[in-house]
Amino acid sequence: MEAAAGGGCGSGPSLLLSDGEQQCYSELFARCVGAASGGQGPGPAEAARVASGTASAAAGPVADLFRASQLPAETLHQITELCGAKRVGYFGPTQFYVALKLIAAAQSGLPVRIESIKCELPLPRFMMSKNDGEMRFGNPAELHGSKVQIPYLTTEKNSFKRMDDEEKQQETQSPTMSPLASPPSSPPHYQRVPLSHGYSKLRSSMEQMHPVPYEGRQPLVQPEGTSFGVSGAKPLRHQASLIRSFSVERELQDNNSNYPDEPWRITEEQREYYINQFRSLQPDPSSFISGSVAKNFFTKSKLSIPELSYIWELSDADCDGALTLPEFCAAFHLIVARKNGYPLPEGLPPTLQPEYLQAAFPKPKWECALFDSYSESMLTNQQACDLNGMEKTSVKDMADFPAPTQDVTGDDKQALKSTLTEALPKDVPEDPATPKDSNSLKARPRSRSYSSTSIEEAMKRGEDPPTPPPRPQKTHSRASSLDLNKVFQPSVPATKSGLLPPPPALPPRPCPSQPEQVSEAELPPQLNRAPSQAAESSPAKKDVSYSQPPSKPIRRKFRPENQSTESQEPSTAVGGPASGATVKPHPTVQKQSSKQKKAIQTAIRKNKEANAVLARLNSELQQQLKEVHQERIALENQLEQLRPVTVL
Amino acid sequence: MAVCIAVIAKENYPLYIRSTPMENELKFHYMVHTSLDVVDEKISAMGKALVDQRELYLGLLYPTEDYKVYGYVTNSKVKFVMVVDSSNTALRDNEIRSMFRKLHNSYTDVMCNPFYNPGDRIQSRVFDNMVTSMMIQVC
Repeated sequence: MEAAAGGGCGSGPSLLLSDGEQQCYSELFARCVGAASGGQGPGPAEAARVASGTASAAAGPVADLFRASQLPAETLHQITELCGAKRVGYFGPTQFYVALKLIAAAQSGLPVRIESIKCELPLPRFMMSKNDGEMRFGNPAELHGSKVQIPYLTTEKNSFKRMDDEEKQQETQSPTMSPLASPPSSPPHYQRVPLSHGYSKLRSSMEQMHPVPYEGRQPLVQPEGTSFGVSGAKPLRHQASLIRSFSVERELQDNNSNYPDEPWRITEEQREYYINQFRSLQPDPSSFISGSVAKNFFTKSKLSIPELSYIWELSDADCDGALTLPEFCAAFHLIVARKNGYPLPEGLPPTLQPEYLQAAFPKPKWECALFDSYSESMLTNQQACDLNGMEKTSVKDMADFPAPTQDVTGDDKQALKSTLTEALPKDVPEDPATPKDSNSLKARPRSRSYSSTSIEEAMKRGEDPPTPPPRPQKTHSRASSLDLNKVFQPSVPATKSGLLPPPPALPPRPCPSQPEQVSEAELPPQLNRAPSQAAESSPAKKDVSYSQPPSKPIRRKFRPENQSTESQEPSTAVGGPASGATVKPHPTVQKQSSKQKKAIQTAIRKNKEANAVLARLNSELQQQLKEVHQERIALENQLEQLRPVTVL
Repeated sequence: MAVCIAVIAKENYPLYIRSTPMENELKFHYMVHTSLDVVDEKISAMGKALVDQRELYLGLLYPTEDYKVYGYVTNSKVKFVMVVDSSNTALRDNEIRSMFRKLHNSYTDVMCNPFYNPGDRIQSRVFDNMVTSMMIQVC
């Protein structure tokens, strides 16, 4: 291994490594390469791969190693670019060594340039306590104590200073990383950081379900961990989780590198995350997401539209314009992969086929798993976010409720839990903590249909503080003598019915309007442009005006179109509000509470304003009517003149 | 089998046009463009009957000395035009129909994609592959 790596090292022309450096780097490289395949692949295969000379270190351990160097992220990016790994796409031996040299340069305080590596540099230092994985890295021969590996080239002074700096950096890094690890819960779900958010959330709430894939990375670590005598195992674990949440794309690689088609395999955690996202769009996991919903969702990933279109083509296997759960997972996975730089495949990889996805993660299994996790989360963490993340589909609607009503219904929940313990469905018998959804399950075991949610919602409503009765609108519920309710209900076909209700209240007023209406009907055709429609719509408008005086602008707009109709309106409208106004005060004075009194008074005020406006309208229209009359007379005169005069 | 395949939108602009790069593609574009008149003629001729009963496959639109042009219209007035080499006498009507059917199916798949806005150029790789398969059979 060493020889091969050394041979690989020799191929880098611009790189001059001292013996110590060579040894260290080759060791590191071998470990990085080994970490990718170690523990999974057979030994000979690994050796063969390394020996082929074209070995490339997987980005995962390399990234972790780099981060263990305590350099800021920008520097690491610069280093990655400079060493050519971005260009080439992988960390070959040359790139790796150049990168290590650059890290050493950066750690010594030199600028990250190619020229820096030409001079004599100390070995790069990697903070061992950062991660269980990193403990394997670095120069084992130089190991001092449990915290820091001190390369032999540096002076003691530097090393101690570094130790302090690294400690501080460690602390400062964790807060800087944690915001990345827990991004805002706003729509951009798609940056790899929100993916890590999902991961970290899952992690925090599912302590028992320790991520299985991580085991794959750590088997080598465990035996060696003890030898390094790690003192802070707990903070390591925490930081490891932070690191992992930060380097989620590397996780993708690592976890999937166990399998032939590496990046296209969905891990358990990813699957959970996708399922949760699916639920946020569509509560029923056996149903599908429509195209437009999915489009909006995936557009937030900020990938280009052609790419999204292609991803859709790949994932929507049955081409029905909708995504079922496996199709959605496949699409999401492709998007995540694309965001992390993987080129999109030509065809849907076998591990992303819907049948495969359904078989690999059969529904009941993960339902149970999620239910377990849900109950655990209920026990451990009663935060709304967990509920949102973990609830089954039947309680999807309730997920919206728990946030505001969490505290209120805390007691109810407990009561529910106790009462519904017996009523648990058979497939989850071991869960003592029955969340609210078990109530629905009691009604319908294992049903995830919408009807179950209605039951829960009804229950919820019973639990909630009773919502205030619908505010009395300006429907004048008390003014029963004037049955204005009838006025408002039929809004559109309110031709006759609209006219009828006001008249009973004030018989005298509508009567003059009736003959007026009749006279207007005899107006010259130019005024009766759309008589019936206008007649129909005007009462409707008038009705609207009762309930919503602010709708006046609508009527004003209506005015230029139809003069004749408006002239009808003010006459009847004036009658209406007046009647309303007269009838209103009596019940008001007698029965209303102060609040409703105020409401009615504002209504009165508004109606008075409406009155004033209508009266003005009326006068204007009367004016126009007069003018039109005059025109008519003039026209008739002309007609008389033009008629052939019978001259005798 | 086809030398050139084009998908024309309802407003008579091309959504997709592709020809085998043997010759000057402009010629094929011109042929497709002129064939649109024939398509419209056929549609309007049949338009007297109920539109539903109109068959989608229009058949041979017009033959030139080197090529034959076939047409197909969907119910949404999206036209498929296919130019076939005249020397390929083995090509029968049924085969042309089946090719148009495949085209139509692929086109509906493209439409199902929510990221595709009707009226855009078709940039679907799946559609491209299908068209390539239809065109490569000749060469």
